[in-house]
Amino acid sequence: MSGEADFTEIDENGERVLRFSGRLTVARLGDVPVRLEELGIAPDRADISAVERIDTIGAWILHRLERDYGTEIAGASDHAKQLLHHVSCADEPQPARLDDRNLVVRTVERVGAATIEALSSLKGLLAFFGGLMIATGSVIRHPRRLRLNAVVQRFETVGLAALGIVGLMSFLIGIVIAQQGAVQLRQFGAEVFTINLLGRITMRELGILMTAIMVAGRSGSAFAAQLGSMKLAEEVDAMRTIGIPPMEALVLPRVLATTLMLPLLGFYAAIMMIMGGGLLCWYELGIPPATFISRIREVVPMTDLWVGLIKAPVFGFIIGLTGCYFGMQVEGNNEQVGLKTTAAVVQAIFLVIVLDAFFAIFFSSIGWI
Amino acid sequence: MSDEPIISIRDLKNAFGDQVVHEGLDLDVRQGEILGVVGGSGTGKSVLMRSIIGLQEPVAGEISILGERIDMATAEENLDLRRRWGVLFQNGALFSTLTVAENVQVPLREFYKYLDEQLLNEIATYKVVMTGLPADAAPKYPSELSGGMRKRAGLARALALDPILLFLDEPTAGLDPIGAAAFDELIAELKEALGLTVFLITHDLDTLYTICDRIAVIADKKVIATGTIEELLATDHPWIQEYFNGPRGRAAVAAQG
Repeated sequence: MSGEADFTEIDENGERVLRFSGRLTVARLGDVPVRLEELGIAPDRADISAVERIDTIGAWILHRLERDYGTEIAGASDHAKQLLHHVSCADEPQPARLDDRNLVVRTVERVGAATIEALSSLKGLLAFFGGLMIATGSVIRHPRRLRLNAVVQRFETVGLAALGIVGLMSFLIGIVIAQQGAVQLRQFGAEVFTINLLGRITMRELGILMTAIMVAGRSGSAFAAQLGSMKLAEEVDAMRTIGIPPMEALVLPRVLATTLMLPLLGFYAAIMMIMGGGLLCWYELGIPPATFISRIREVVPMTDLWVGLIKAPVFGFIIGLTGCYFGMQVEGNNEQVGLKTTAAVVQAIFLVIVLDAFFAIFFSSIGWI
Repeated sequence: MSDEPIISIRDLKNAFGDQVVHEGLDLDVRQGEILGVVGGSGTGKSVLMRSIIGLQEPVAGEISILGERIDMATAEENLDLRRRWGVLFQNGALFSTLTVAENVQVPLREFYKYLDEQLLNEIATYKVVMTGLPADAAPKYPSELSGGMRKRAGLARALALDPILLFLDEPTAGLDPIGAAAFDELIAELKEALGLTVFLITHDLDTLYTICDRIAVIADKKVIATGTIEELLATDHPWIQEYFNGPRGRAAVAAQG
């Protein structure tokens, strides 16, 4: 009963006839489409009187024969005729996806599109920065419009909640720096300079930089994903209609939080690194904590602290800004949320490192070496 | 043959924690009919549909589809059953990262791996055209379509495997009256052409009047009445009277002439 679809080729009074049998349904088609494809000569007639059941996909296979070879379909039941009529009415060729161009053209096109996108995202970021400045200006003029609750809440998620992970990471990095420094400097009998290395590099560079990377991964991505899904759910549009500028309500508190939290987190990270390094110096080099601290105070100039603390809010601002900007760029579908979140983190870290290089040159040229 | 119900539900009970949605619910869907399911908001119309298609495990009761108890069926039998129905969710539930044509191809690719690329594309396109969309909608993404077009695309995916049973969850919600009427017509037409049985949840009185063969009314946690509109009007349940004889109900009757 439940026969697979099949057909035989026979010669009837000089006409090539395909005699179909079994169930011409999607579940039972088997190799019929492939075999039909391989037919060398056009059949004149297809006899489907022995077909037990037919669905639209079976009808489509027959319709293809009729269309491509001019085969006459014979012996169709009323139901089959109806299906054939329906599918033939719906025959309008169209690819499933519009990218059937050749590889070279596609590659060139992709490179071009990526370049344009990189430039336009930089331009967009600048425009977004401008928008944020305008929003900040209006909030400064009307301080009541500052959403203090939102800001404080962001302080908690960006700053307080990050203390654990940033602290642990920094402590471990401190140990690694001190250990590597000690091993190398010992070769010159200069292991006491491990303290100089540790104190200066953490205060000036690593404390802030590692924290910035951590915050970009933790909070920048969260901002992009939050704003992106709000954008998709039309929440942002709803806000605009009610008369709440999203720049003030969503972006400003977040950017403010990263800008203000990063110096605090960065300083905390530097201290944790020094503690980690100090522990290693005590254990490995036999420098007691009291000596270690007094050496740190001697070798780390105050300007190192300023270098770190001046850079931190700038980095925080960049991280908050890129996170929010890419979140607001989400449009269309859910995949965009993922893409833009990735873009936000990558861009934020990239910009932070580029800026860090500029800062390094700047500070050394003003004599804060 | 056509007297044998295609879906039969007996003594169904659904509950979320302490909140009982259905209790002692009985319902038959006959072969080849369009059954409209109505009920106030929160009476569990969608829950009923979800329990029939196996997305919601009932607390008690039995559900048979095509003569098979779905709660007794093995995983393989369940998969086999699944190929024989199509579902259109309220918002289309199209996969947003795939084009419309690729959405239609998803069930085909999943169940019938032997179909070649060319045939898959052709099938997807004629399904799309059959549901009344222009052919150039096939390579577009769902986000590029309007709400009404998305519903049609969802219908095309529901029809991908040539099901004999079609579940529609408020197909005309959110469509303008012209679009809604056109969608009703499309469902009636496809039902005739493909020999479908349709389980249709709706709030749209015009849909009930124009295309439904029978209507099941859900209230008080069960199906309180099934029948044609005339039969329902003859009952004296206050909700049914209010539903069909309220201002909107009367307008729908007037529209039918």
